[in-house]
Amino acid sequence: MKISVAWLKEFIAVEADAAELAERLSFAGIEVASVEPAVPAFQKVVVGKVVSVEPHPSADKLKVCKVDAGTGARLQIVCGAPNVRAGMKAPVILPGGQLPDGTAIKQTQLRGVDSSGMLCSARELKLSEEASGLMALPDDAPVGMDLREYLGGDDELIEIEITPNRGDCLGVLGVARELGALYDLPLKQDTVPAVPAAIKDSFPVQDQALAACPVYGSRIIRGLRSDAVTPLWMRERLRRAGLRLVHPVVDVTQYVMLELGQPMHAYDLKKIFGGITVRMAKQGESAKLLDGESHAFAGDMVLIADQGSILGLGGIMGGLESSVQVGTTDVLLEAAYFTPAAISGRPRRTGLMTDAGYRFERGVDPTGQARALERATELILKIAGGQAGPVSLQADPAKKAVSRPILLRRARLGALLGIEIGDKEVERILTRLGFEVKADKQGWNALAPAHRFDIEIEEDLIEEVGRIHGYEHIPPLQYPARHGMDRLPEAQVDLRRLRQVLVDRGYQEVVTYSFVDPKLQKWLYGASGLLLANPISAEMTEMRLGLWQGLLKALHYNLSRQQDRIRLFETGLRFTLQDDEIKQENVIAGLVSGPQYPLQWGEPQRAADFADQRGDVEALLALAGMNGALKAEKAAHPALHPGQAARLSFDGKELGWMGALHPGVAQALDLSQGAYLFELLLEPLLRGKTPAFEPISRFPSIRRDLALVVAEGVSAAALLAGAREAVGSLLQDIRIFDIYRGPGIDSGRKSVALGLILQDSSRTLTDEDADAAMARVADRLRRDLGATIRD
Amino acid sequence: MSTDLDKLIAEAKARAAGSTTLAALDEARVHYLGKKGIITLELQALGKLPASERAAAGQRINQAKQAVGEALDARKQALEQAGLAAKLAEESVDVTVAGRGQEPGGLHPSTRILERVQTLFERMGFRIESGPEIEDEFHNFDALNFKHDHPARAEMDTFYLKDRPFLLRTHTSPVQIRAMLKVGAPIRVIAAGRTYRHDYDVTHTPMFHQVEGLLVDEGVSMAHLRGTLTDFMQRFFEKDELRTRFRPSYFPFVEPGAEMDISCIFCGGEGCRVCKQTGWLEVLGCGMVHPNVLKACHIDPERYTGWAFGIGVERLGMLRYGIDDIRMNYDNDLRFLRQFR
Repeated sequence: MKISVAWLKEFIAVEADAAELAERLSFAGIEVASVEPAVPAFQKVVVGKVVSVEPHPSADKLKVCKVDAGTGARLQIVCGAPNVRAGMKAPVILPGGQLPDGTAIKQTQLRGVDSSGMLCSARELKLSEEASGLMALPDDAPVGMDLREYLGGDDELIEIEITPNRGDCLGVLGVARELGALYDLPLKQDTVPAVPAAIKDSFPVQDQALAACPVYGSRIIRGLRSDAVTPLWMRERLRRAGLRLVHPVVDVTQYVMLELGQPMHAYDLKKIFGGITVRMAKQGESAKLLDGESHAFAGDMVLIADQGSILGLGGIMGGLESSVQVGTTDVLLEAAYFTPAAISGRPRRTGLMTDAGYRFERGVDPTGQARALERATELILKIAGGQAGPVSLQADPAKKAVSRPILLRRARLGALLGIEIGDKEVERILTRLGFEVKADKQGWNALAPAHRFDIEIEEDLIEEVGRIHGYEHIPPLQYPARHGMDRLPEAQVDLRRLRQVLVDRGYQEVVTYSFVDPKLQKWLYGASGLLLANPISAEMTEMRLGLWQGLLKALHYNLSRQQDRIRLFETGLRFTLQDDEIKQENVIAGLVSGPQYPLQWGEPQRAADFADQRGDVEALLALAGMNGALKAEKAAHPALHPGQAARLSFDGKELGWMGALHPGVAQALDLSQGAYLFELLLEPLLRGKTPAFEPISRFPSIRRDLALVVAEGVSAAALLAGAREAVGSLLQDIRIFDIYRGPGIDSGRKSVALGLILQDSSRTLTDEDADAAMARVADRLRRDLGATIRD
Repeated sequence: MSTDLDKLIAEAKARAAGSTTLAALDEARVHYLGKKGIITLELQALGKLPASERAAAGQRINQAKQAVGEALDARKQALEQAGLAAKLAEESVDVTVAGRGQEPGGLHPSTRILERVQTLFERMGFRIESGPEIEDEFHNFDALNFKHDHPARAEMDTFYLKDRPFLLRTHTSPVQIRAMLKVGAPIRVIAAGRTYRHDYDVTHTPMFHQVEGLLVDEGVSMAHLRGTLTDFMQRFFEKDELRTRFRPSYFPFVEPGAEMDISCIFCGGEGCRVCKQTGWLEVLGCGMVHPNVLKACHIDPERYTGWAFGIGVERLGMLRYGIDDIRMNYDNDLRFLRQFR
């Protein structure tokens, strides 16, 4: 909301300039977005009168105008505005002048015709966003007068951004009150003189929705001049606040809203019948409102109706039928108080984000309706004449005087803010803010003014005192630590350490969106995720079932940017439904694509494969001391290559998946190269072990190797398990150190070389012991797995 | 005899010097000092001399033996050294060639910031807490004193789940509630993580990160809040001269509430493009925990007071690393990410 400094100064005799006011306001909690001159920085712009308009000899869309700009001789100006006509008044920028955007205006020729200056639109002068032709000035604008002077251009605008609790500052009066407290000054106009009723007419009002609309004020004004125009000073203030001119009566209601913060509405008295009824809407009722659209209402919305039809959506927007139009002579003014609870959320739901709705949502002064009606009447009578009836106020008697004094304890004030504030200062601040303050032995009892409905508890008062006194007085103090030593479970693996393992193994961490494309999700997981009710785009509608979509999208992004060796990981939540319960599980996922190592000499480049990535997975498991216990089983996953997919588990507990991206999926995702993926649950990885010492055998170990030929389908895990069982407790370690397929080996079979380390804890093993153990291994593997020993 | 010996020594020395291999040198050693070597034979022949000459002759022969032996040893050492030098020369590498192996990756800049903030607060005795990202109205709003249908709620631009009474947390503040309900008072926690708001433009992404701090204890004041946050900002930016200031603000879950500015880390408060000539940068929102929030967590607001703050991680990243387009954080462009290794 943009507040005019000149307007503010009508309410408070403060000397400070706009910049200083803005600074003080922002340190009192009224955020200031900008300070700008009310009239932009243009030069040599005067009021001009278009005397004649002739067609341009060589351009259809241009006109050649003679303009009186008070400079003596008529100026010839070429103009392209569609609304230019002889007799109109409009701003003229003279040669040598400058537009707010810095454009210098010179004597020039347009398509061969001399042009001395330019007739301006409001947009060119940055006076408005509207660009519909020349800015028409009133007929009584004095020709030749400097436009800035004419518009009263010394003023400055402070644009403030109000936090949701400070609806009381959504008007000049409210901001002036704040300044009063900050500068310790009284308000100049605390009340508005009543305009006595000249006629007795009033319109019947029945308030059937007292909870939603506890106060409904109205007043009839008859006999308005239909040729009345909104005076320039008011037009300018409305323009500066960003409002459009509608009709003098509507302009006044808007003006009063800007000034006092009380939204108002005006009905054409001749178009409403019987009486006003304020009531809750029935589900599905609808009416055409001022925006020209038909709106359907819900049962929690307040309607204003007459005997036959709906006149408007209470507190948000009036109806089209009963609105004030050119020629309206009799009006009914409305100033009501709708509770925040009755309005909140409705503007958003109906798409009607109006100034009135904005204010009622945040709360307006429940006692300000009569004042607004008096002020509006005063202005309307001044501008359009007419005779006013009495102010009629329907108020819920139960709503009166609900506010109670709140105790503010001196000790609590000091304890919470961490500073001492003198009694006099506390009293001064609260009084200036409109509180009724009574001393109490513990401190004070303060009764909040009606417009400060946000004040509910002692802490609210403490904030009021603190912010007006100034937060700058709160010193930075060291907090005296008062706590024991925290627990430090040694077995716990730090997530930071897990991340670091992958970083050290060449992975780059990414952060991808938690909401994903449902189509891709279906491809990758064969399932759908939790749906968002209000997604931001079609590609972000479902919560992710896993992290692979994000990784694959990052892969795609980087492959298209000339990166071919890509290693990515991410940690975060995945969101699944299990037995209709939402499960949010922390996982760590990785992707590898392209060569295993960066291009380097002495090592031929080779593509990363399953075993490379399995090494990375094992490194993660090793932190939790469980790399030996990893169980990988071939299984099917929609995202993975059927021959290179493994379900991972540990101790019978699910751990995750790893494998090659299914080539079909890669193609569907338009990836230029394949990838390997893994995703593991974090929780088991973070539960490590506290180490425990085991005695080291003092006796030497023996290494024996065994080369076997087995069918392709025999897994490494089966070979190792068989060998382990066959050797028994002598086995210290066993590894596969070669796998060979090719010449010398029948197709469908492979050669596998096992290396075994044998050791006894109580004696030196003999060659005979080792031979016997190896014979057991060979027998066992031959019998169970059809292995033949290779010489 | 004496002339023979001198000549012999000279000849042996020449032969040692002339040997270019260890094998040739060994031959020379055998020739003079071996079992059948010339000098060995001379010594054996001593017995045939008259007793009166034996001692003198023996001494001369032994001197000759020693001289020849030393010459051979010296030559052997020289040959060995030359051999080693040649071998070393052969083994020389180009030390300027790059190393081999895996290149380390790196953390996402948001993670870097987040870990740094957590570590600083951990050192002050704050415990790391976390919470779910799909939250309910109670933890995200009700318990945090957001009144139903209040504009403060609407302004949060919340994502809701379809057909289920859940939402995506709009801030990390629900973790405060979960922690207080679990631990009670006194408490000090730091929580970081993803947050979501329905907003997407040059300065907003629908997902971003926050860090939340909470401290509740007896005798805690707003001055302690400012002190802790001032320390934190000075440590985080490694600028001991950094200053802070509070401006009153409104968040439903604190009262009094404030926004905190820091003196501009780029110009030191002189005024520059980044701070828009103000000398100050907005960094976070904070305040004293609202009594309604303490009550919702079964903590007695008469006995305990506390403070809380929330920081945008991407905002800190912007200031710390100069990332000027927040959306780059989620493009995951490797050319961007690699800058934060």
